This record gives sequence, structure tokens and C-alpha cells, in this order.
Amino acid sequence: MELDKNKAGWSKEQMAQNVALDIPDGSYVNLGIGMPELVAGFVPEGREVIYHTENGLLGMGPEPEEGKEDPELINAGKKYVTAIQGACYFHHADSFTMIRGRHIDVCVLGAYEVSERGDLANWSTGKPGAVPAVGGAMDLVAGVRNIFVITKHITKQGKPKIVQNCQLPLTGKGVVKRIYTNLAILEVTQEGLVVNKMAPGLGFDELQEHTDAPLTMASSSKKSR
Amino acid sequence: MINKLVPSLAEAVNGVKDGSVIMISGFGEAGSPIELIHALIDQGAKDLTIVSNNTGSGHVGIASLIEHRRVRKMICSFPRTTNSVVFPELYSQGEIELELVPQGTLAERIRAGGAGIPAFYTPTSVGTPLEEGKETRVFDGQTYLMEHGIKADFSLVKCEAADRYGNLVYNKTARNFGPIMCTAAETTIVQARGMVELGELDPEAVVTPGIFVQRIVEINHPLDESKLVSENWRYPWN
Repeated sequence: MELDKNKAGWSKEQMAQNVALDIPDGSYVNLGIGMPELVAGFVPEGREVIYHTENGLLGMGPEPEEGKEDPELINAGKKYVTAIQGACYFHHADSFTMIRGRHIDVCVLGAYEVSERGDLANWSTGKPGAVPAVGGAMDLVAGVRNIFVITKHITKQGKPKIVQNCQLPLTGKGVVKRIYTNLAILEVTQEGLVVNKMAPGLGFDELQEHTDAPLTMASSSKKSR
Repeated sequence: MINKLVPSLAEAVNGVKDGSVIMISGFGEAGSPIELIHALIDQGAKDLTIVSNNTGSGHVGIASLIEHRRVRKMICSFPRTTNSVVFPELYSQGEIELELVPQGTLAERIRAGGAGIPAFYTPTSVGTPLEEGKETRVFDGQTYLMEHGIKADFSLVKCEAADRYGNLVYNKTARNFGPIMCTAAETTIVQARGMVELGELDPEAVVTPGIFVQRIVEINHPLDESKLVSENWRYPWN
């Protein structure tokens, strides 16, 4: 069955919007580097969400205007950011007290692989000789209540990223709650992966074909939308 | 009279011995005490263990310290960044040791070191390659790893303002590891963008109480590391 790999299904922006719709009003949220950052642009009107960046800022705002960049006001990806009215700064031990102490409600991360049990691999490609670097990823998955993964469903080479068992070094075991891909929204449950929603025009068989782990339909999404 | 202000960078880093463990504040460029690091290069101590979140950019700051072969081992969470060239090369040649520590575990190990706590249990990195060789224990059905506190001989920290007692405040996200590193060293050496009179810092808003600081040097116009990196500067200045 032909599926135009990464172009199929939802766009990156639509994926980010799918995530944003599932973040309740009043949440404290940590967004990983890359695609997760897009989520901040799709918070539905009327909801107030506060962004945490682990290098010591609660109340992170958008990028600064050109010429207003401050090298001492950055995010965890070392990009220039702003601070909203009501923001606060703190040191690293307090920042990870917020994370490890389970005070952050939602964290959205990218992934190399996610297993059917919610194991996540997103820090190391496992290539020999590469300099390993982990940052705060392992602390985030160990401490944040709701770990959402946003990722393309398959790799550029066409390999499934949603797998029975991760082959790459793990970031955490059984930590992912929900997976948002360009093809579907998947819930990690005791019974395996459940399809909450599929991208328009996609059939279940087609979705399963591009997923290494077995899927089941959620009862409410069995009807075609 | 207590006055922790020292007149020069050379005096600030005086007495650092070969083989010392040194914590260096900063998250990338933000909060990195670049003038103190350069003074340490001039001072000459070698065989150092450096505790810092990153390994520096270009050929200045921590990267220059590493390039001058003063560092035996790095303890950090993210040893490569966009402009990090020196560490990856030496690491791939097996010429420098790396202890990779998750960022929150690194912060807590430093906090514990400063608080007189030899070890603690954390859920971070359980079930991953970084749990190897570490003691585990189950509390309320969940597995935790034992991690050790870290203490240093010296900490090099950048802050925004200091008074002569060593009370400090920081600037925005340049605070990062500074306050906890101040607590965890035998000798904490601070570079402050400005000195203020006693009483000028609101006691309710002091971030680092002066008891944690031993020496302060005033650097009113610290170098802009990303500018130095983009212009390809090397320390000592070429």
C-alpha cells in the first residue's frame, strides 16, 4: 500500500494543534526542543498555560523581536526567549524540583522510538563514537505526570517509530502517556496502544501497516469521522 | 572588617592546585564566568575535574580550558552544542574523560554536596544505560537509583550584583547553576557585574547568602561569548 511517507496525514502544525487541544486550562507545561515548541502557538482561546523551561524560567514567552535578544534570557535549547508578566526565575535545583517533584503537568517531547508500553528513546542514536548528551530528558520523563510525544509516524527511511520494543538506548521505561503523529493519536494503555483518532482519509489497516506494534481502535473512534 | 572583594582576576583564582575539582556556572553562555575561566588558564592549574552543564563553544571559556589540556575529566549533562568543537574531538580521541549525568541529577548532586548530604535516591535514569553500576532501592513500589552528592574545591560563578559580604543576585536565566555551586565548594569565587554597598540588596531578595561566597572580583563589562565564538576568537588572544 502506497503511503507518501512523511507527507501523509496531518501537517506539523495540525499535529501541534492536536496536542494543544489536550492541554487543560491552567496547566504548567514543559515543551521539548524542535517540533514540541510549535504547540505554544495553538493554545485555544480562553486557556491560560504557563511554560516552564528547565534552565530556570516559569512563564516563558515567545521569541523576542529582532534587536531585543538578551543572551541571559534563553530557553533549554539555548534560543532567545522572553518572559511574560508574572514570570519568575530560579536556580537549577528548584527547576528540577518542579520536574522531579511532579509539579509540572504536561511535557511534550520528540522521539526516535516509542514502544507499545510507553518506553521512550529520544536522547541517543546509539552510534558508536558519538558524544553522548542527555540534558534534562531523563528527569522530565521520570517526573512529569503526562508525557506526550509528538513525532512523525515513520522515519525518513520509512521505518516505523512506534514499535514493540525500542532498539535505541532508553530515556525512560513506561513513561509515555500519549503519542501524536502525523497519522494518528495513540494512547498507551495496559492493553497496548489504542487509536484515539486517525488522520482524515486514513484506514486502520494502513495505519497498522506503518506501525510495528499492534493497535486497537478506541470504541468511540470506530465510527469513521 | 569583612571584605570579600579581591582587586584582580589573578588574585581571585590564586591557589588553585593541580587535580582540583572545579564547578563552573552557566547554561551555555548564560551565566558562564568567562573572565574567571580565562584567569584560570593563565594561572596554569591542570589535571582538573570540571563540573559544568556544557563543555563550552568555539575556542574561548571552558572550551579553551579544555583545549589547553588542563581538564582530565568533565562531569556534565550536555557535552555537545552547536559550536562545541574542542571537547568532541578530544573525546573521540580518548583524551578526556566524561561522566554523563542527567541535568536534574547533576543539579541535585551539587545541591546535596552543598547541603552535606552524601547521597540520595532519584527515579531519573532508572531503566536506561545511565543506571549501570548504581545501587537501586524500591520505595512504595517504585525503583530509585542512588546518586552521590558532589563537592568541589572551587566554584567559579558569575552573578549580576554583589556586596562585600558576598550576598548575590543574578540576572534572568543566567542564574541557572550559580546558587547551588556557591554552596558546594570549599572556596567559591564569584565574578560580579557590579558591586553594591551593604544594604542595597533587599534582604528579602538576596539569592545567594554571603556565607557561601569567599572571593569576589568585579567585572563590569563581561565578554559576550557568542560574539567571540562567531568571530572565531581564541584565548589567549591571538
